[in-house]
Amino acid sequence: MTSFMPPADRHWWKVPVGRQELVWIAIALVWCIIMFLMMPLWHVYGKQNLSTEAYQTTPAKYGAKVEEMVNKYKVGVEAGIPVVKPPAGSDIYMLGRLWQWYPVLKLKKNQQYRLHLSSMDYQHGFSLQPININLQVVPGYDMVLKVTPDKSGVYSVVCNEYCGIGHHTMVGKIYVED
Amino acid sequence: MAEFRVCPDSGFYFNKSAESLMKVNAVAGIVALLVAGLLALGVVLTRWQEVHWLPADTFYMVLTAHGINALIFWVIFFEMAVLHFASSTLLRCRIATPRWAWAGFSLMLIGAIMNNIAVFSGQSSVMMTSYVPMQAEPHFYLGLILFAVGALIQVFVFFGTLVIAQQEKTYEGSVPIVTFGAITAAIIAVFTIASGAIILIPTFLWSIGYVSHIDAEMYRVIWWGMGHSSQQINVAAHVSIWYLIAGVLFGARPMSEKVSRFAFLLYIFFLQLASAHHILVDPGISSEWKIFNTSYAMYLAVLASMIHGLTVPGSIEVAQRRKGLTKGLFEWLRKAPWGNPVFSAMFISLVTFGFIGGITGVVMGTEQINLIIHNTIYVPAHFHATVVTGTTLTFMAATYLLIPVLFRRALFLPKVAKIQPYVFGGGMTILILFMLGAGTMGVARRHWDMDFAGAAMAFHYPAIAYTLMAVGAIGGVLAIVGGGMFLAVSVGSLLFGKKLEPSAGILESFAGKPLQASAYDVDKPPILAMAPQLEEKHQHHGGGFEAPGTFMLALLLLVTFVVYYFINWKYLASVWPLG
Repeated sequence: MTSFMPPADRHWWKVPVGRQELVWIAIALVWCIIMFLMMPLWHVYGKQNLSTEAYQTTPAKYGAKVEEMVNKYKVGVEAGIPVVKPPAGSDIYMLGRLWQWYPVLKLKKNQQYRLHLSSMDYQHGFSLQPININLQVVPGYDMVLKVTPDKSGVYSVVCNEYCGIGHHTMVGKIYVED
Repeated sequence: MAEFRVCPDSGFYFNKSAESLMKVNAVAGIVALLVAGLLALGVVLTRWQEVHWLPADTFYMVLTAHGINALIFWVIFFEMAVLHFASSTLLRCRIATPRWAWAGFSLMLIGAIMNNIAVFSGQSSVMMTSYVPMQAEPHFYLGLILFAVGALIQVFVFFGTLVIAQQEKTYEGSVPIVTFGAITAAIIAVFTIASGAIILIPTFLWSIGYVSHIDAEMYRVIWWGMGHSSQQINVAAHVSIWYLIAGVLFGARPMSEKVSRFAFLLYIFFLQLASAHHILVDPGISSEWKIFNTSYAMYLAVLASMIHGLTVPGSIEVAQRRKGLTKGLFEWLRKAPWGNPVFSAMFISLVTFGFIGGITGVVMGTEQINLIIHNTIYVPAHFHATVVTGTTLTFMAATYLLIPVLFRRALFLPKVAKIQPYVFGGGMTILILFMLGAGTMGVARRHWDMDFAGAAMAFHYPAIAYTLMAVGAIGGVLAIVGGGMFLAVSVGSLLFGKKLEPSAGILESFAGKPLQASAYDVDKPPILAMAPQLEEKHQHHGGGFEAPGTFMLALLLLVTFVVYYFINWKYLASVWPLG
């Protein structure tokens, strides 16, 4: 009589399915297909898609590239961390380490940059606030994204992947100027 | 020798060895839940910024232990009890190799204790995910490995029991839908444990110095093959229990055996692709891989859950209507036994799992939308809707059912039991909804201080984020009270609950202590017959819908789903262009 007994029909797979279930399955399947198609469609029509460009690297190699950029384009220091203003369209670098984002970046509004991210030690989480863009920063991988800041202002980079006792002190900055 | 007893209330046949194993696994699970629940207080009262109770190091230790005890030990111990119940009890069969099952249980117990010792020593605060290259102590990983091996042994005992049942012809026809769902859970468990072994064994060797390097990205991909799939064991198990409770309380049967079993089959084929949900904003993963995997091929496992979401309440509606509750769309639901915690816990679980857990899971698992959600507190909000109001509340319902049936005790504090699902489910729902809100404001998960005290560069979340976290925390405290009520009822019933006949004195209530020999008076249970045929006139209403009320609820779910889904695309479109 119930769900914990064997089906009433020995050949239960031959019993026709009721209309209600068929209708619901059809509706649900259509919705599933729509949701599935939204992702490739967004690659074509949407503006927020992650590139898949990434390189294997080491903390030493990556750190050297960051330093090179810092030495070339440094325009100041904030809270002991260099502030750099690289030219629009260039490769810009940020690294995560215990417990800071390095360096501070100054970007131009509506210009595209190739942003590189990597970690020098543990995994970190690049969480750009207040607009809430979140990326995983993994040691050994140099992740490259084309970013186009489209609003000026001061943005903070919060770490949102647990990285030890000082995790909550890991806050960096990105300035976007008109 | 008589090895079986029949429960006079439910008609279930319990095999002596299987019964003891169910008891010990269920009790071990509930102890893990107790630990996890106590630790939850530390988490909630620290993340409530105005209270900010624990210091950072204790907080991260407590959070690690809370996650592992709740997400791994509690649910998997309890699932072992579910597997033995769905095989031995439902199929009226002796359990295969009970000694191996005991060995498996012992390994799980040793592993769970070993892992907890590692965490509470303070040197393994690496979170449940233990992402490399952050390193825990070797016995942290070893404990998890032993636990997994033990679970695997018990899963194989389950498969063995199915084989015995088939060979000894203890049932007619095909296995019941509940057993079918448990088989689904067990197959997913094998996949899960294999993934865990592939990554945790090398990580253990790395922690003792035998392996020099574990690639951090590889770890993430394979670890989540275990980490997410283990939660899919929960889904298959708790959906099976929904069907069981619908059958026990209402005499319900699946609207269509074919459809419900097909939906479980979709789980087996597609649920384990979910590792991708955690890799959507990681470096170097191709978009094709992400799209295929994160959508379970083409949302086919979501389709399965949407099917169960219709057929479980639908089967209840059909059974209720057959009893004459046919007025309007919802008389069947209004007159359901809302005062019976078995039903209320199960139904709250069904609704919150579908409306909150399911919808938020699909949204945040969308390739691009994950950008605005990854690692925010939205993520734990989502999985509290799936694992806590979904799985845990269902397992609580199952416990209320098992206390009289398996443990032969009347419920202790029945009035508390009556309101417990509402307190727990309500508090947890508040926590979830407000944490979802805080997550969209960017509040980070696994984070000790939303004031960023000591940071060289200041950052402040908007004031509303603090309010959301505070209200969520109040919901969390309420849920912990509800959890305490559950423990008071369940543990109290085992210790002080009135004994039911056939009873055998004090010992029967304790885990592993069998009922008096005289209770086991059945040598061989009668063969489990197929469910009787329904009278034809009840089967179809002239081509109309059998469960129109449920259909309306399903449409409500769909509308909520569609609206919320596109709101998130709109929100995504407002952030910086990325390419």
